[in-house]
This record gives sequence, structure tokens and C-alpha cells, in this order.
Amino acid sequence: MTNPPSRLHLPHPPARPGEAPDFSYVHLSAAGTVTRPDVNARARDIEFLSTELVRVLDDEGVARGPWNPHLDPAELQVGLRHMLLTRIFDERMQRTQRAGKISFYIRSLGEEAVSVAQCMALRPGDMLFPSYRNQGLHIARGTPLVDLMNQLLSNTQDMCKGRQLPVMYHSKAGNIFSISGNLATQFPQAVGWAMAAAIKGEDHLAASWIGEGSSAEADFHHALLFASVYQAPVILNVVNNQWAISTFQGYAGGEQRSFAARGPGYGIAGIRVDGNDFLAVHAVTHWAAERARTGAGPTLIELVTYRAAAHSTSDDPARYRAKDDHEHWPLGDPVLRLKQHLIALGEWSEVRHAELAAELDTLVAASWREAVTHGTMTEGPRLNADLMFEDVFKEMPANLQRQRALMRAERR
Amino acid sequence: MANMNMIQALNSAMDIMLGRDPSVVLMGEDIGYFGGVFRATEGLQRKYGEQRVLDTPIAEGGIVAAAIGMGVNGLRPVAEIQFADYIYPGFDQIASELARIRYRSAGEFHAPVTIRTPCGGGIRGGQTHSQSPEGIFTHVSGLKVVMPSNPYDAKGLLITSIEDDDPVIFFEPKRLYNGPFDGDPNKPAVPWSAHPKGLVNEGYYTVPLGKADIVRSGTDVTVVTYGTMVFVALAAAAALGLDAEIIDLRSLVPLDVDTLCSSVRKTGRCVVAHEATRFSGFGAEILSVVQEECFWDLEAPIQRVAGWDTPYPHAFEWEYFPGQQRVRTALTAVMEPA
Repeated sequence: MTNPPSRLHLPHPPARPGEAPDFSYVHLSAAGTVTRPDVNARARDIEFLSTELVRVLDDEGVARGPWNPHLDPAELQVGLRHMLLTRIFDERMQRTQRAGKISFYIRSLGEEAVSVAQCMALRPGDMLFPSYRNQGLHIARGTPLVDLMNQLLSNTQDMCKGRQLPVMYHSKAGNIFSISGNLATQFPQAVGWAMAAAIKGEDHLAASWIGEGSSAEADFHHALLFASVYQAPVILNVVNNQWAISTFQGYAGGEQRSFAARGPGYGIAGIRVDGNDFLAVHAVTHWAAERARTGAGPTLIELVTYRAAAHSTSDDPARYRAKDDHEHWPLGDPVLRLKQHLIALGEWSEVRHAELAAELDTLVAASWREAVTHGTMTEGPRLNADLMFEDVFKEMPANLQRQRALMRAERR
Repeated sequence: MANMNMIQALNSAMDIMLGRDPSVVLMGEDIGYFGGVFRATEGLQRKYGEQRVLDTPIAEGGIVAAAIGMGVNGLRPVAEIQFADYIYPGFDQIASELARIRYRSAGEFHAPVTIRTPCGGGIRGGQTHSQSPEGIFTHVSGLKVVMPSNPYDAKGLLITSIEDDDPVIFFEPKRLYNGPFDGDPNKPAVPWSAHPKGLVNEGYYTVPLGKADIVRSGTDVTVVTYGTMVFVALAAAAALGLDAEIIDLRSLVPLDVDTLCSSVRKTGRCVVAHEATRFSGFGAEILSVVQEECFWDLEAPIQRVAGWDTPYPHAFEWEYFPGQQRVRTALTAVMEPA
């Protein structure tokens, strides 16, 4: 009897177009069942957190167990507002792209709790290094919608002066770093920022986000290594939304081991959390922040969620995954779950929800009307192309001054 | 003033900047306790502490990325990449991130990082410890690229680079660490103490970026060079009895076009020399600039001296190295009457 020849294992998603969605591969823990260790617990003593799934809200919208953050209802309402605004803003910008008013857009549908709850669990002085699907950070930190829209339009008020693809925002005032467009590069930069905070003796921390797909990049591993070696005050978040464009999370190594389990491999705490559970995300992030601030070290958080929409406006997921996949996602929808919870608490109602949605719709529409007065891709005022030559260096060198003059002459 | 070799001069620059500016931090492989494989950071961790002179993991991409994050958070990191040959794992962080943070954030964020890295051959380093990749970095918008050829310039240029708010890639021709080198490996090594540029001010001083140095004035031919090739060019021209004007660029970005073009207009002849490979090398850019600016002043086609377009071989180091013979050939060709 001879051994069979070796064959490559090729990860497959459980359902392709036309097949029945199947999320049995997602390991779930029941709400309220995962132990909450002390914030000073040693990483090696809490490895179970990287395989269990911290959940607070149960299927009835009741908060359960030791991770319940016991947030004030007013704060939960703020969280709901930020998430709903993110969603309505996304919907409006998606339609705007389809109407040809902006060139590109990326929605965060189904992942709103990740950015909003995490941001609300941090302090304003903490520095955020986002990926491209973290618009909720800007919403939660109060970047005006008009500013975001101006960036999407590359118009005369664009914070990026026309240099960046839509959604690559930044906010110096809001302590939100510039988005690269190259994946994962921000992850080790956040660690460097946190190292500097520690060198300067400040108690600010850094937080960064990448998708599970880009955790395959070397930058992810550099980030974990440097965070571990220097015990930097940083929170490293892997948003596991199951898909990297068409590439299933198995191709980032998610089949054999959870993404959170990369943490213990590097000697840092790894924790897996229900990314669609506002309360659980807030609680886990706050716990990680306390660890960072008290010298207990960095934390790797895997936020288990689902990319309910296409990767971007350039993508059509119907070509590679089951059409109604997200309807079957076992962790539900973050907006609906927090809404259900608030209603169960007697702190919210369908009527108030509808009123809020209408108010936010109006806000988004009014913001858009204001943004387009600063120009669009096709109409109105345009940025001066001279800006192309600025900020390459702090002072413009002679060769760029010369090229700017040549560019002007071409356009005369 | 004191006699210093290039290592001591670089060490002095970092020592002074660590002392003057609390935001300056050093980081790199083996640079802390041990003081660096070339000893450039010797004694600095002892003097300024482990929080400011950091040993790092062997991960150049991580080193550059962490330096960027530190720079964004108000520090002024000086990162050492142990050999320029090792810089490529950090290339994405340099070319896509470090070089463009100011640009992409419209000036809201920047990272004033200096990356020091020993380059060049002539030390039996083989194909992974001998490269001169400066041309790869001069091609990236947003980076300044510097290469000194002597201790005095090395110190002043490094201080300027550290103080610069733009990112600087600082190449150190390691064959010149201990003395000027005329390209003949069989001659006894000459220490910097025997050379005027080895006499270095012990205090703070700067050498500006974008200002070439006319190492030797002359009227017959202009040799535009930098790094290891400066002394090779001097020796080759002397051997031919030419009154050559030797220009050490010192910084490639920004480039001192005025100095090199004024010289070519005066001499009417030009040789460009670098140790890096020839094809698409930085010399091609110099040639192009000279051709654009000085074509009607030229008496002869511009000549180019460079390393061969192969990896840097261990056993054939001196057949590879663009030594005096290769420079003499170019000088002879450029001096031929039309």
C-alpha cells in the first residue's frame, strides 16, 4: 500500500453563487459565556480568548455576562445614531457614485459597529490608523459630513487637495491618520506611533484596523512583532468580514486558526469578538485600551463580521458568493441588534428610530447640497492643478517649480 | 577640530543631535548595546539610554514603518538599515508611505525620518553586501537622497538630514568609512587622519543638501561623481595629467544642477562616474541634465563610468569595481579631439 501523492489544499468558501449559504464554519460562543479576565492578565494565561467569541447581546437583544459594558442608554443612543448615520451616508454616496457624481466608493454595510463602538471606547487623544472601510471612525469623531463629501468629490475644499482616491480621508484635528490605499501599511505605523507615545511618557494609545485578507501582508506580522517586543500601547484590529474582494478568508489562513490566535503566537493577547454586537465590541476595546494604558501591553482583536455589501463600487459579489449570503450571517446586523436592545430596555422605539433615520437622511442630503457648491468632478469650481506640485517636499524644489511652469504653459 | 574617520564623524553627528533635540531617536539592528556592526552608534545607547537608542528586530519593513509612526507622533527617528542590500523589505514603506505621507495628507501629516544605510563594494561583501541602490530611491518622488564621500561632509550632511522635515535616505559608502580609497586595492590603506576632510569640527555644524562640492577645480574636463568614486576619479585624472574639475554631488536629491552645468559650460567635456550599475543608473539622469542644459557647450560626447550591469560578484570584485582604468578610458575618450 503506497501513500497517496501529496496534493495542495485549496480553501473553498462554503457557498458559491447558486449554492445555499452555510456559516457552520464560524465558531460561535453563546452570549455571556466567555470569561472576562482582569485587564492585567498575562497574554499566556488568556489564550482561550483567541478561540472563543465574546458576545454580550443575545438573540432577544438582552445584554448578558461579564463583558456587558453597562453603558448608559444615552451613550447607546449616540452609538446607534453614529452607526445609522454611517449607513445612510454610505447608501447616499453609493447612489451618488452610480449617478456618476463621484468616481469610487466603499461602503461599510454590516460592519458599522466595528468603527463606531471601538471609537467610542477610546479617548479623543488616542490616534487611529484606519483602513478604507472605517468611515465610522470619522462619523464617531465628528468629522463633518461635508468634509468627507468634499474629499469624495476631489473638489475645492478637498482635505487631500485632489491627491487621493475617494474614501482615503484623514483628520489631523480628529487624530485620524491618512489612509494609504496600499493595504496593511498603517498597521506597523500605528505601533511606531504607540512606541513614540511610550518613549515620550504619554498615556495615549494607537489603534489600527486591517481586514483579515490583508493580515497576510508582512506589515501585519511586523506590527505584531514590534508591538510584542516593545509592549507598545497599541490595539491592533483585524476586521474579519470573511471576504477580501473575491478571496475567502481561508486564503489568509483563517481556516486553520483564528486570526485572533496570531496574537498569542507573538506573545500578545488575542481576543475574538462578535463584531456585530455593539456592546461586545465596546467592552473588548475598552478592556484592550485599559491594558495598553496600564502597561499590560498590546492586544490583537479579531472582529468577526460580514461584508454585507460589495467590496467597492467596482466589485460585483454576485460573481463569487451566494447572493443572499449576508441574510444568513449568524451574527445578524449591528444596527438592528443595538436597536432591538434599546427597545428591550425601553429606551428606544420604532417611531423614534424612523424619526432618527429621517433626520439623518435630511442631514446627509443637506450636507451633499453644500458639498457640491464647492465643485464636483463635472461642474462648478475646480481645484487649481498647481496644487499637484505642493507637499511633495516641505519646500518646493527648483525642478518642481520648473515643471509647474511647464504644466501651466501646456494649459494656456 | 579633531581627526575622525567617517564612522566617528557619523557617530559625532548622532551624538550631537541626540543631545540637542529630545525628539531624536536612533533605531536599527545591532545599533544599541553593540553599537552597530560598523560601530557608527557606539556608546550612544549608554549615553542616551535604551528608550532613545533602540535595538530592533531583524525586520527592515517593520523598522521603517515604526520610524514612520514615530515621526508622525513628533519624534525625529534615525533608522539604520544595516546594509543597503537589506533595504528592500522596507521598500514599500519607504516608497509608498514615507515618501508620500505629506503629499497624500495635503501637509497635515509628515514623518521626518532619516534612513542611514551603508552601501557600495570593495569590502569583499559579495552580491548581498555591496550594492549601490541610490538610483532606485532618486526615482521616488518625495525622498531626498544623500551620499557623502568624506568624514567632514558625512557629519554635516547627516545633521542636516536629521533636522530636515522631509524623509532622507542617507547612503554611506562603506569602503570610505576608514579612509579615502583611490580604487587600487593593492595599495596600503590610507587613513582619514592623513586627509584634510578627516579633520572634523567636534561641535554642531551643517552641510547643506543640494550643494555639490568642487573637490578639485580644473579646466580640461568635468567629472561628476559622488561617494566611493570621488577619489578614484581624482587619481585617474591625475594619472593622465589632466586638469580635471571633480564635482562631488553629495546629495542626488536635491541635485545641484547649477554647479555641475556651470562646470561643464566651462570645460566643455563631461564624465559621469558612479559605482552603481550603469543601465537606468543615476548617471543617466546626470547625462540627460547635462545634455539638456549644456549641449551647445559640449566638445565631445559625455562618457559614463559605472559598475557592470551584473550583480556584484564576490570573486571578481575588482573586475567589477569601476576602478581607475575604467575612468581613464572614459577620460581619454572624452578628451579626443573632435
